[in-house]
Amino acid sequence: MTPPALDLWAYLAASPLLWLTLTIGAFLAAQRLARASGYHPVVNPVLITIVVMVVLLQVTGTSYDIYFDGAQFIHFILGPATVALAVPLYRSRHLVRASALPILAALLVGAPFAILSASGIAALVGAGHQIVLALVPKSVTAGIAVGIAGEIGGEPALTAVLVISTGILGAVIVTPLMNAFKITDFAARGFAAGLTSHGIGTARAFQVDQVAGTFAGLAMALNGLATAVMAPLIFRQFAGF
Amino acid sequence: MLLGLFVLLACQLVGEVIVRGMGWPIPGPVIGIVLLFVIMLTRGRLKPSEAAEQGEVAKAADGLLSNLGLVFIPAGVGISQHYQLIVDNGIALVGALVLSTVLTLLVTMGVFRLVSRWTAHRQVQS
Repeated sequence: MTPPALDLWAYLAASPLLWLTLTIGAFLAAQRLARASGYHPVVNPVLITIVVMVVLLQVTGTSYDIYFDGAQFIHFILGPATVALAVPLYRSRHLVRASALPILAALLVGAPFAILSASGIAALVGAGHQIVLALVPKSVTAGIAVGIAGEIGGEPALTAVLVISTGILGAVIVTPLMNAFKITDFAARGFAAGLTSHGIGTARAFQVDQVAGTFAGLAMALNGLATAVMAPLIFRQFAGF
Repeated sequence: MLLGLFVLLACQLVGEVIVRGMGWPIPGPVIGIVLLFVIMLTRGRLKPSEAAEQGEVAKAADGLLSNLGLVFIPAGVGISQHYQLIVDNGIALVGALVLSTVLTLLVTMGVFRLVSRWTAHRQVQS
């Protein structure tokens, strides 16, 4: 006869309830940690939660499939949460009309540049095509990026982690970089931050300046749309190489 | 709340149907964004301003977007299945991420400033 504690664990470990609850709990705790750090970009709640959950799965010897049985309820929200980006986009429609030309130009150059620079550098250094393709949507907000990775044959899980890394990197670099170049145009700074490092960059931009934050949010939404259209056009034929 | 969630899901559903029906290599929710944006523009014309700020859809969207980070976690935890891929390509990944991030920031900012100075200049002249 197995001890009751082990029985209980065997039941819990295999039930969606445990992993769903633990994921939300770990995320809430990580958010508290981020708040305590004054929302420093390096203390990213998403990254912390991913690390905690990966360690927990390792320690308890739980497979990703069992974990995903519970976590899929959260994963499902990716779709409607992505559609929800239309609301901030609609709210900033007057901004788009007022600076339509700089926005359009920066988007048409920035979006393909973000795609090609990351995948190009990785390819030059000799990374395998799985890595190259996972890097393609790295500047795009995760909901759209995971979808794009799936479309062009990249590995969505790797893309999710690369997207978060890019967001943190951009958020940490943007202010010192722009200050070093003595750029005081907060619309331009914010747009670059949002296009390069999506939601994490946008959150950082809002801490620095309200105008920068608004332009960053706009750049994030537009780059998601632009990359979703451009990436498959550029990479779909290479997916099988 | 429920109506807002319904509209978001319905836009995604129509997006998926269009994408799969046409064979487009674009994620369905991306078409959903465009659909919802067009719906809001049309509604905004009929009932100015109020719908976007306090409507049911706006409330549902704000609720989802304020917890956006949470929804990436299940996909991200999948990284536990790809340790070796990351270890084997560590240098390429870090190099590509850092260099591409710095360059993309500078290029995007540069183009934005160049064109906005050019348009301001043109407006002064005309």
